[in-house]
Amino acid sequence: MSRSTPLREVHESLGATLTDFAGWLMPLRYGSESAEHDAVRTAAGLFDLSHMGEIFVTGPRAGEALDYALVGHLSTLGLGRARYTMMVNEAGGILDDLIVYRLGDEEFLVVANAANATLVARELTERTARYAGSSGAAASDAVVEDRSGDYALIAIQGPRAAEILRGLTEAGTTADLDGMKYYSIVSGTVSGVPALIARTGYTGEDGFELLVRPQDAASLWHALSEAGQELGLAPAGLSARDTLRLEAGMPLYGNELTTETTPFDAGLGRVVRLDKPGDFVGRSALAEIAKSEGTDEAGASRRLVGLVARGRRVPRHGYPVVRGGEVVGEVTSGAPSRSLGRPIALAYVSRAAAESGNDLAVDIRGSHEPVDIVDLPFYRRNK
Amino acid sequence: MTNIPEALSYTKEHEWVAGLDEGSTATVGITAHAAEQLGDVVYVQVPEVGATVSAGDAVGEVESTKSVSDIFCPVDGEIVETNPAVVDDPSLVNSDPYGEGWLFRVRVEHEPDEVLTADEYNAFISGGS
Repeated sequence: MSRSTPLREVHESLGATLTDFAGWLMPLRYGSESAEHDAVRTAAGLFDLSHMGEIFVTGPRAGEALDYALVGHLSTLGLGRARYTMMVNEAGGILDDLIVYRLGDEEFLVVANAANATLVARELTERTARYAGSSGAAASDAVVEDRSGDYALIAIQGPRAAEILRGLTEAGTTADLDGMKYYSIVSGTVSGVPALIARTGYTGEDGFELLVRPQDAASLWHALSEAGQELGLAPAGLSARDTLRLEAGMPLYGNELTTETTPFDAGLGRVVRLDKPGDFVGRSALAEIAKSEGTDEAGASRRLVGLVARGRRVPRHGYPVVRGGEVVGEVTSGAPSRSLGRPIALAYVSRAAAESGNDLAVDIRGSHEPVDIVDLPFYRRNK
Repeated sequence: MTNIPEALSYTKEHEWVAGLDEGSTATVGITAHAAEQLGDVVYVQVPEVGATVSAGDAVGEVESTKSVSDIFCPVDGEIVETNPAVVDDPSLVNSDPYGEGWLFRVRVEHEPDEVLTADEYNAFISGGS
């Protein structure tokens, strides 16, 4: 039985097609997913992301505990700032990709994917205890608490998101939207509702993610809908979210990121901060890979690349990438791209295939459809 | 309530068929229910005119943002016409599945055994398909 978010009735009243996603009943689309995609690119879209996990790490050593538990250097994160990072296992395999926010000197918020939230909370708890044991810190110096049930998450994304939100953000609160940098977070009030307001997203557009109490979610959703009505705001489901993030070249856990892939495979080696002090889970395995990156030996033996199809058939998750009849890789995500007018895909291919890039095709149900490697992202907004 | 015109026949693969008499030309498309399930259709591949087909053959495909489905020919016969408009504008499958969104025409060699009436199709899709 799937869990429901506090906005389920709202979605049903909007006629959404609901789908099971990571154990949650979520809106797949409200009407046309293409129209929802276009709304986010040209105006704004409203998303229910309440299925995501919110895990707090607090205490005087919280930052150092996160440095041990995750690949990033979170203790250096500035107050009110956000950072994209990952949790890996000892072999360097990715357990989840995360955004960590620093809410206070001694308070961090870790936002995890719905499918991994329980695992991430458990791993953070275990790793924090191990960190405390090895560093002589007290258990109360870094406390992990899974508070996913205390928060609904609503995202408003698109070029008009700031304009819509501005009208609902009361003067005199901490929130000064115009002054907010990308990847920052403030505490404020939106439409009378206390909210954590983060300027983050997963669409390739400017936008905000609003963390509120579950009981406030529906009234905030309605207030945003009303404020955005004249400006082209549309509710958007997971289908549009997937095509938006794909165009923006952003990886999805379960597709591009799995326990079988390392951050280096995914082209995200920059999130691994081998220069930070102290040990962290996965350090030795990742250091080995980093050492052979850029040499002839296979460090990361494969590359995540962007593909654009020449034809109209869509390369999809799991389809083989071929060259001259030989399989050289596999598609991890694919979709028709509204912005490019052609099908696009992310795929892992061998280093040799990634470097030459010629004569590649995707085996689409038995027929080899030619594709070209392009630089990521597929789509970049005008700033 | 999804639109299921009385006058048409249906298959369990969610196609509709018009004009199923032996020797006549039947028109085939996908149902409104199927179009709703697929979401926005972005690509339609239709069979080649002149191809000889058997009932149950996969003769084309319909792709949406999230998925791809085969189109099955509901009868034995020969493909005599395909719809160029739906190839150019696959969204016709969503906007007018029983009209402008038709897919192909086939000369019927044998009347098929297994087609559903509108009521039967309605019962079939209501049964949790």
